[in-house]
Amino acid sequence: MDFRDSPEEAAFRARLRSWLAERAGTFPAAGDEYWARQGEWHQALYSAGFFGLSWPKEYGGHELPPVYDVILDEELALAGAPARPSLGYLVQGLGRHGSEELRRRFLPGMIDGTQRWCQGFSEPGAGSDLASLTTRATREGDQWVIHGHKIWTSYSDVADWCLLLARTDPDAPRHRGISAFIVSMHQPGIEQRPLRMINGVTREFGQVLFDGATVPADQLVGQPGEGWALAMTVVGHEREPSTLGFSARYGKLVRELTARAGERVPEELAWAEVQAEMLRLHVRRRLSEQLDGVVHGPDGSLDKLLMTWVEQSVGHAALAVGGTDDPELLGAYLYSRAQSVMGGTSQIQKNIIASRILGLGA
Amino acid sequence: MDVRLTSEQRQLRDAAAKLADDLGPGSVQELSDDDRVARLDKAVDGTGWRSLRADGASGVEVAIVAEEFARGLVDAAFGGPVLAGELTRHLGGDAAADTIAVAGHARDARGARRALALDGGRVLAHGLGAAVAGADLTRHTAEVTGAPEPLGTLQADAAGRWSALALVVTSADLVGVSRGAHALACDYAKVREQYGNAIGSYQAVAHLLAEGLALIEGSVSVLRHAAWAVDELGPAEAVRAARIAKLYCARAARTVCETAIQVHGGIGNTWECLAHVYLRRALASTDLFPVRLEDIHSGLS
Ligand SMILES: Cc1cc2nc3c(=O)[nH]c(=O)nc-3n(C[C@H](O)[C@H](O)[C@H](O)COP(=O)(O)OP(=O)(O)OC[C@H]3O[C@@H](n4cnc5c(N)ncnc54)[C@H](O)[C@@H]3O)c2cc1C
Repeated sequence: MDFRDSPEEAAFRARLRSWLAERAGTFPAAGDEYWARQGEWHQALYSAGFFGLSWPKEYGGHELPPVYDVILDEELALAGAPARPSLGYLVQGLGRHGSEELRRRFLPGMIDGTQRWCQGFSEPGAGSDLASLTTRATREGDQWVIHGHKIWTSYSDVADWCLLLARTDPDAPRHRGISAFIVSMHQPGIEQRPLRMINGVTREFGQVLFDGATVPADQLVGQPGEGWALAMTVVGHEREPSTLGFSARYGKLVRELTARAGERVPEELAWAEVQAEMLRLHVRRRLSEQLDGVVHGPDGSLDKLLMTWVEQSVGHAALAVGGTDDPELLGAYLYSRAQSVMGGTSQIQKNIIASRILGLGA
Repeated sequence: MDVRLTSEQRQLRDAAAKLADDLGPGSVQELSDDDRVARLDKAVDGTGWRSLRADGASGVEVAIVAEEFARGLVDAAFGGPVLAGELTRHLGGDAAADTIAVAGHARDARGARRALALDGGRVLAHGLGAAVAGADLTRHTAEVTGAPEPLGTLQADAAGRWSALALVVTSADLVGVSRGAHALACDYAKVREQYGNAIGSYQAVAHLLAEGLALIEGSVSVLRHAAWAVDELGPAEAVRAARIAKLYCARAARTVCETAIQVHGGIGNTWECLAHVYLRRALASTDLFPVRLEDIHSGLS
């Protein structure tokens, strides 16, 4: 065991640090401006060689050991830069379940940030109970035709592609009738309705209505009926701070709050600092464990809970420092409430931990 | 000892509740319905409750109305005018159309022409300036302008009681917010289905809501004592009771409102759901006359 950087890691960290220093303050890290310029940030990180660190070279990655991602998160937090784009869960989903042809066609653009993606899973009636989704895909000749209503679709307004779950076999048992598609967002038959979050941000997520949008048959991922397996891979990784890179966001906010608080550090802030440090170290451990191979188990639910507690204690610290007078800190607090819902609610994570890890039935 | 509400107090509560239910915003869209707000404002005017204190009502009655108004997210001024009236009552002036100024801003300023501040015993009247955007979507904050006009000086006792009343009004607001947010979440938990059952049938959800109710019950008890103490105990004891109420009710309200968001899932995190309107009001009422844990043992300030 060694928590120190190897010489290669240290060299990478130094390069990254000086690159970040040159760009200090040029990218917004929160609010609608962040969402508006997230694509630019992604491409800037990628072209400087700091994104897609552990992914295969043939798709544009660097095939570095997974722990390089934690170096990235730590340095982003230190520099006060935006977090790394959190699309690792889509890369994992497509990487594991897509054919070689689909991987070659779509992963490079996803990783280098030239193509933006959204995840069309949830529906008004199918949130926690995702398998009850009713969006239909019907085969017509060499394409599929989509009808249905997706909601909470993050970044849908800027997305070029949607990884969509739709029901292809209404007669099959509900988990087996679902398929996954790569749907172009640039076509008629798709209507976007933005949603406003409680912090006032309008660019975080939206509703997407599919009414006759089409997908070429070769953009079905895997076989018909295999959508559920893909969904489980995606949500599994969506729960992992090591995949999402959110720990950078918390570290950055804690540093900012500490600077603002001055002499009198409220207890909430001290606690948030402890929590954020836990997560940073937790991500180090999880990414190190990936040296034995990436696993897709219910452990992600533990990580999701830990991450949620961190984000929400940082949110409470923001309130303790800024009260309701500082719109940005109030926004950070309000945004933190969504963390116990997105990617599967805390109640659902606890159900998974209880039944699948602890074997407590139900 | 008998700490129940009297039958007159229960009638007052029912009347305030009815007004809030009839004319308060039933949805986020209704927050911007100016006709409704005007009708609400007129109705509140008609009750005369903004001058409850001048008419001899106790802290308990003020708290009853404040609580019901917050429960129904009443977006006409109440707490501000009541507290302004409490200042002028001692100085023998006319408080109509006044609210209060705290920390350099006029609070609960809808319809107000002046904002009165209590500054080390001196009562100062400020003019009102531009609206200030804040967390709260139901009550207005405004800048204060011009040179403050001194209206007189309060005796130390009266100033102490005023502080206690201010804490009680905001604590009552917090209790009302908790009750409103909790009811919203319980209603939703009964109708939203996932996995074929109402989500309220899952213990994870049910227990959150059960805890919320317990927090509300605790809040009601500390509030009732503090509201009574405004007039019945010495100023120092009244302030201490009010600080305890404020601390307890503020923590409870934040938890209950966060739970209300959580129970709503994705919808709870959208602007269109009333849950955040409650949460925002709770945060604003917590920040108005804030109390820190370390303040419970300090004297009158
Ligand atoms: C900011 C944000 C971004 C999102 N981005 C995306 C995205 O890009 N793509 C996408 O597809 N989805 C996205 N989502 C949707 C998210 O996955 C769902 O909101 C989430 O799964 C919950 O579903 P729901 O909102 O329908 O809530 P519901 O499932 O209706 O849940 C309501 C409440 O009931 C509880 N509950 C439900 N079932 C149970 C049970 N069996 N046991 C105990 N408690 C239960 C929940 O915990 C919750 O408290 C996003 C959500 C948010 C908030």
